Amino acid sequence: MRALRKLFGFLTLVGIAFAGIVIYRRRFVARRERIDLYFEDGSLLSFEQGSDGAGRLLPLAHQVITAARS
Amino acid sequence: MDAAQALRELTEVSSQIEAACILDSTGAEVGSTLEDAAARKRFADAARELIAEALGVPHEPGDAPLAQLEAATLEGSAFVVIEGDLAVAAVTRPEPTVGLVFYDLKSCLRAAGTPGNGDGRPRPKARRKEASESAA
Repeated sequence: MRALRKLFGFLTLVGIAFAGIVIYRRRFVARRERIDLYFEDGSLLSFEQGSDGAGRLLPLAHQVITAARS
Repeated sequence: MDAAQALRELTEVSSQIEAACILDSTGAEVGSTLEDAAARKRFADAARELIAEALGVPHEPGDAPLAQLEAATLEGSAFVVIEGDLAVAAVTRPEPTVGLVFYDLKSCLRAAGTPGNGDGRPRPKARRKEASESAA
């Protein structure tokens, strides 16, 4: 009975740790900054954080967001 | 409908949009949801810079002009829609419903650039009576 309770406690801890990792990844790792440009011909250019395009455009987007909330 | 009224309706319709401003083709602000003059200027200046930089991004196939953009950051998203002589820039909370925001911004721009009752639909121009009709 005692061993079963220990096992249950261990499994609960593992479950909590796993849920924590999933939540952390969703909030901070999966959400990367990016900028999408849509053109009139229907084409799309997407710049992920770290690319040249994003390096120029993302700071300006941050400025827009900051200015809108000031 | 003027730009201010279109923006008022935009913020009433879309709970995701925190602030928005409309710029004309010269980059001048023609309307904003912000009330403070200094904040309006900062917002419009920042939006103008973002639009200018985005318009300068090289785009090979057919060189079609930029129609809209979304910048997704951890603190929120910045949107721009360009249509005709007007552009609208808006800021939302993080992870907005992108399609819905673009739809609302396009409707706002159409309403702002269209004389009428604000439903975004162009009104038919008044027809001038022909001389023969008026004479009859």
